[in-house]
Amino acid sequence: MQIILVGGGKVGVALARQLCEEGHNVTVIDINKARVEHIVERYDVMGVVGNGTSISTLSEAGIENTDVFIAITGSDELNLLCCMFAKKAGSRHTIARVRNPSYSHELDFIRHQIGISAIINPEMAAAKEISRLLRFPGASKIDTFAEGRVQLIKVPLTGAQNLDGVAIREIPAKLKSDILVCAVERGAEVIIPDGNFVLRSGDVVTFLATPEKAHQFFVTIGLPVRPVRNAMIVGGGAICYYLSQELLENRVRVRIVERNPERCAELAQELPGAQILCEDGSNREFLLSEGLGSAEAFVALTNIDEENVLLALFAKKHSQGKLVTKINRLEFDDILGGLDLGSTIYPKYMTCDYIVQYVRALQNEAGSNIKTLYRILDDRVEALEFTVHENSPATGVPLSRMRLKPNLLLCCITRGDRIIIPRGGDQIQVGDNVIVVTLEHGLHDLRDILAD
Amino acid sequence: MNYAIVFRLLGDILLCEAALLLLPALTSVIYGEWFILAVFLFTACLCALFGLLLRQIKAKSDIFYMREGFVTTALSWIVISVMGAVPFVISGAIPDPIEALFETVSGFTTTGASILAEVEDLPKGILFWRSFTHWIGGMGVLVFLLTLLPLTGGSHINLMKAESPGPQVEKLVPKVQSTAKILYGIYFTLTAVQVILLLAGGMPFFDALLTSFGTAGTGGFGIKNDSMAGYSTYVQVIVTLFMILFGINFNAYFLILLGKFRRAAAIEEVRCYLAIILAAIAVITWNARDFFDSLGRAVQQAAFQVASIITTTGFSTCDFNLWPATSRSVLVLLMFVGACAGSTGGGIKVSRLLILCKTIVKEIRQALHPQVVAPVRMDGKLIPHETVRATNVFLVTYMIIFTFSVLLVSLDGNELATNFTAVAATLNNIGPGLEMVGPMENFSLFSSPAKLVLIFDMLAGRLELFPILVLFAPDTWRRF
Repeated sequence: MQIILVGGGKVGVALARQLCEEGHNVTVIDINKARVEHIVERYDVMGVVGNGTSISTLSEAGIENTDVFIAITGSDELNLLCCMFAKKAGSRHTIARVRNPSYSHELDFIRHQIGISAIINPEMAAAKEISRLLRFPGASKIDTFAEGRVQLIKVPLTGAQNLDGVAIREIPAKLKSDILVCAVERGAEVIIPDGNFVLRSGDVVTFLATPEKAHQFFVTIGLPVRPVRNAMIVGGGAICYYLSQELLENRVRVRIVERNPERCAELAQELPGAQILCEDGSNREFLLSEGLGSAEAFVALTNIDEENVLLALFAKKHSQGKLVTKINRLEFDDILGGLDLGSTIYPKYMTCDYIVQYVRALQNEAGSNIKTLYRILDDRVEALEFTVHENSPATGVPLSRMRLKPNLLLCCITRGDRIIIPRGGDQIQVGDNVIVVTLEHGLHDLRDILAD
Repeated sequence: MNYAIVFRLLGDILLCEAALLLLPALTSVIYGEWFILAVFLFTACLCALFGLLLRQIKAKSDIFYMREGFVTTALSWIVISVMGAVPFVISGAIPDPIEALFETVSGFTTTGASILAEVEDLPKGILFWRSFTHWIGGMGVLVFLLTLLPLTGGSHINLMKAESPGPQVEKLVPKVQSTAKILYGIYFTLTAVQVILLLAGGMPFFDALLTSFGTAGTGGFGIKNDSMAGYSTYVQVIVTLFMILFGINFNAYFLILLGKFRRAAAIEEVRCYLAIILAAIAVITWNARDFFDSLGRAVQQAAFQVASIITTTGFSTCDFNLWPATSRSVLVLLMFVGACAGSTGGGIKVSRLLILCKTIVKEIRQALHPQVVAPVRMDGKLIPHETVRATNVFLVTYMIIFTFSVLLVSLDGNELATNFTAVAATLNNIGPGLEMVGPMENFSLFSSPAKLVLIFDMLAGRLELFPILVLFAPDTWRRF
């Protein structure tokens, strides 16, 4: 597909790489010449230096034949304006990133009025994800499918869980839990396990279950399931605002540490239920005096990654609570993986994931499309949810007779209100939503799950 | 909240109290009061037992913050008062527990309001304990503890901040412990000098010692039924002088010790305090001159009463309840002024009033020149906005507590002047009020609930409101 990307920042680069790898023709527009050159040198994309709102720049980038137009510059208004022009100039789909909280209640209106296909608010998405984690603190990552009815939960195993040496096929009988282990990270290796796979302490397990089943499973293996009742948040940015709103609605006591007095005043006005403390979050004595030791959750959301990492490590030392660390830069995730930072949130990944998912969903030609896409375990595994619209070789056949690709697991079928953890006798039908976990990237149709 | 460290410190406090209880026990030995000796030894053992039990609690970290400082201070005062009341109850001197608690709180908070009509009948040991509580409470229980504790970390300033009176608490020297030692050194020396001067006037040693305790803590428990009226003019003048001296900011004495006389004399608060005393003496002498045979006598009596009230001591040499209205009004106003910050006295404190007056002046200037930059200054230094704000809030809180206390106490059905001055006398840690709680009367007329309100007022007044109010905030007790 022909894709134009306006804005060559961190997300722009990641997205250009991703879309390019998936075989799309990407043109990047940025006002900064150095940035454009940088991207063009590294990836197989075209670059145009210029203003994304100028029609001449847009036509230079070939707006008339564009399928998807993506605006992810630093300015919300610029993004919206770009998309509006792009739409008029002939782009089929437009996606804008809008992050200012004051627009957060008006996104639907804006979308309809300007005719934008999708608006992404990564901060709000990140806040939702953190909020989910705080409600289920035993998990280190939660992705949801089927409107939240099915969850993909990542959890590190330690000796305390008594799962060392247990084969996956034994789990339902041994623990009386109806969960499905979808992926296991062991050291540097990522495995899509079969029933004979034996778990070890130190594995990071990703399993799929309904929220109730996951709850039950966590109780059985002795992980915390009670939602946190209080949270200390350092850094009062947009994520903090959305997160606090969400938490306060759930009657969680929120304490926010923010260094800028003006921002503190704004937060105090917008979030009357929260306690706002104006202090540098890296003041360790201060954090301790404000009860870091007894906080049930600590969320590091400052704009500086290094500070977030240090804060999380510091909190780890002094508190038993749930840790969540925000990381902006995508480059050092391999190093961060080695640190015990609790759950890490990458708002920029989320933007990227969402757009890739959107683009892939547009590609389907064969009657099933991608509804949800998550890239998990350092991008090495993809979890996809397909909606089945019409019959194909993958439908109507019992699973035992289907030859699936290697390293691919059909995890779940949602049919109406029913959630089916598929066994050999189950079939995929038209109208189902199917969740697949795979090591292979770039699936965009249900048929792709079959081995050739 | 770091509960463990709070309990440990309460344990320390109780051990301290156990040791202090040995002094009245010693007095009982000297006067041959064997039953009273047993009472004090029993109470001391009880304190030591509780103290040792609390000391068993292991604290994960020995750091504590403002919150723990406030809570420890407030709880310490409550705990020592409760334990201090035990000897009164079991010795039978004050059989009613609430009355005994009132008497002890009145002692420790250096109020000096008594529920006893007949003081002279009490055993010497009990009398000693009663006056000794003034001396302990005057400079502060925790400040005393700070001189003893092996301190680690700098967080102990939080204890001193919570307990020491005045809008700004500063250390005299870099170390908290040295500061506490210097303060107690000055306190002890002044008390000793007073005892010697009183002995020189022919006062018996026991009387001299207890009177000095009452003066030093600006407490005011008399050991005679007529307070100080029966003593010679020499004794009264000495007591007047020392009351005024103990009402002065101890920073001034520290500066004198360092030889910085000029700076000591330049402290605005002290100058203002002395000016108020002189003015009040002048007004009362003029107004009440007909009550005395000579002008000299009038000045001496007026000076004693003014010093007694402004320093919130509460000794009396005559029944000022009978004086003309102007004189009585002046005395009631002085109740609210109180002594200097950083002294042993109570009340609103001269420095707060100075800040408030300067704020008013600033406000007027600001009304005339809206753009003017006019910070509040004292002793040539800028007063931070935070302090000005805290002072304003202090006054408002003070008035609210005052109003509600008067309302609650009035449920007993006594007259307004009685209720009003009873609350003023307890909240400002003075002792006697007017009418039915006048200098020749006592507080036994109030019902038990009213006594509890007054007990609260005494504690709130001594700790300057917020440490006690903090106990009522849910946030204090939450773990997070």
